[in-house]
Amino acid sequence: MTPVIEALLPLFVGAPLLVGGALFVAPAHHRLRQVLGAASLVALLGGAAVLVLITADGTVLAHQVALWPGGIAIPFVADAFSSLLLLVTAILSAVTFGYLIASGEARSPSIASFVLVLAGGVAGALLTADLFNLFVFIEVMLLPSYGLLVILSRRGDLGGSRLYVTVNLLASTLFLAGVGLLYAVQGTVNLAELAGTGDDPATAIAAAVCLSAIAVKAAVFPAHGWLARTYGAASPAVAALFSGLHTKVAVYIIFRISAVIFEGDPAWMTPIIIVASVTLLVGALAALGEREMRPLLVFQMISGIGFILVGVAVFTPAGLAAGVVYMVHHMIVMGSLLLIAGAIEHTYGSGRLDRVSGLRTREPLLTAAFVVGALSLAGLPPFSGFVAKYALVQATAGGGQVLVAGLLIVASLLALVAMMKIWAEMFNGKRHADVELLAAEARIRQRHDLLDDAPVDADAVAEEAALAVERHDPPRGAETADDDPHEHRGTRVPVRLLVPSLVLAAISVGLGLGAEPLLQLAEQAAGGLTDTSDYVRAVIDR
Amino acid sequence: MSLALGIGLLAAAGVYLVLQRGMIRIILGFVLLTHAVNLLLIAAGGVARRDAPFFGGDTSSAADPLPQAFVLTAIVIAFAITVVMATLAVVGRGDDDTEPPPSGDEAPSATSEAAS
Repeated sequence: MTPVIEALLPLFVGAPLLVGGALFVAPAHHRLRQVLGAASLVALLGGAAVLVLITADGTVLAHQVALWPGGIAIPFVADAFSSLLLLVTAILSAVTFGYLIASGEARSPSIASFVLVLAGGVAGALLTADLFNLFVFIEVMLLPSYGLLVILSRRGDLGGSRLYVTVNLLASTLFLAGVGLLYAVQGTVNLAELAGTGDDPATAIAAAVCLSAIAVKAAVFPAHGWLARTYGAASPAVAALFSGLHTKVAVYIIFRISAVIFEGDPAWMTPIIIVASVTLLVGALAALGEREMRPLLVFQMISGIGFILVGVAVFTPAGLAAGVVYMVHHMIVMGSLLLIAGAIEHTYGSGRLDRVSGLRTREPLLTAAFVVGALSLAGLPPFSGFVAKYALVQATAGGGQVLVAGLLIVASLLALVAMMKIWAEMFNGKRHADVELLAAEARIRQRHDLLDDAPVDADAVAEEAALAVERHDPPRGAETADDDPHEHRGTRVPVRLLVPSLVLAAISVGLGLGAEPLLQLAEQAAGGLTDTSDYVRAVIDR
Repeated sequence: MSLALGIGLLAAAGVYLVLQRGMIRIILGFVLLTHAVNLLLIAAGGVARRDAPFFGGDTSSAADPLPQAFVLTAIVIAFAITVVMATLAVVGRGDDDTEPPPSGDEAPSATSEAAS
């Protein structure tokens, strides 16, 4: 059975690319595109689940492409760590694509193709054991991302897209230079052959160039500023997709290079723990200053990157396992929260904390999803955030970094404060009278396909708002006062927009209540990172 | 030596251009930067101690084909992204700079102000 699965590993990359390409040229109806796209993503999800089951006991699957001997071939490798991440990225791709279908954004002809190519590139980046091939797959991931960013950009302004392309191209170029330097020093770019070569200073510096370039893509301090600007300009669903895929793939590469090439050498892990600590604190503090829901969440995401990297910087088995658990938790919860922000922006046309208000009394499902996401992000039981943060703080303190463990707790409290800020202003506050107008304007824009800054007739908006009030809030007897907005209880956010975030919230609850399987998987993944001999043996048979 | 100088010169010029404001200059800067990296990859194959592959019949000193394959791939990718960037420079609002919109991210657009 295993040899068959090994031979099928390239299919995780090939199949999405092939279907994505076919959907590009197929003169299909958009329904068919959406169905085929969703089916392919679900199939990818199933395949990733099979990989996780096989690798859960520490098996490492490897396939030498074109059956060249190990060391010459470009290998595909799946161990517990990459399989787990492949599964979570597949979940996120499928759920976000569901949101894109629900919001109608997937109607654009190329969206399904872009998401599939993106998923294929992510699978390639996670499974390859060849650094140059990794560079290629990162580019395969990025090109459809540029398309998604531009086509679904929110305001019709391309500043965010330009910044995104520029930053990523710079980081990719730097990464390629690092790969070239590694080849110059070691004569190979095969990760397994590079295992343990970090003792040599020249190799270490070349690998450090790669790590720095990837750190830019992961939005690690001090190169974190581009993230809020670009993710804020993208469509919310695209932001959710990128937050789960791009930065986390970069973090995965940092884990892998630190483990395989540097083998957790403390001399190199000390700088990582310093930048990780600063990242988690800067992200948490910057989130407090934001006036819009999505940038606030994006800064929380940057803070989360710091949390994950603390796990690798500690480099004990417990620390690595905690980092992996935190990564999985963070991808799920951040996806859920960003999709909630997307549902709010889609319905109310704005994510500003001071404009949208009083959601608690009107949107019970949305509120439930937000409460789960927010508490999980802050790290309260019984959600996945509690398990992840508990494991991480314990491992960090156990690894001798008590100060950093304290920082983790402080940043978690700041995350709670940031979530309470959203709660107080958007959910709990008294509903502004013009919220109805905002929602009406958003509907008119969608109906006529207007950009966010195109002018909309104020009379039409008022009419639309009055219609909505009439439709959703029929007067319930004489006690209903028209001037009391709390009496209008009809929900405005369609349920179909909430299902994706509810699914992710449910996963977060599930991971919190039944954390044991995830912890075991993470320990297995950490085992593969602290002792890379199985990985090396599978790839180059040595 | 000449290769190292060439890489240094291209990288310096590329960095200078990337730090400019206009998108077109940034694109040209990236073209130079990727050329620098391509030359670096070629240099990684050890050009100083190797010869042309097919003449002389001695394979031990033949040029390393792997970096050349790397460069070929990198050129294609860089070309694709250059095209994407050039498109981004042209479409949109005809603004050829990377500054955030004057209204800022947080500011409400004039129309939603009017509507409310």
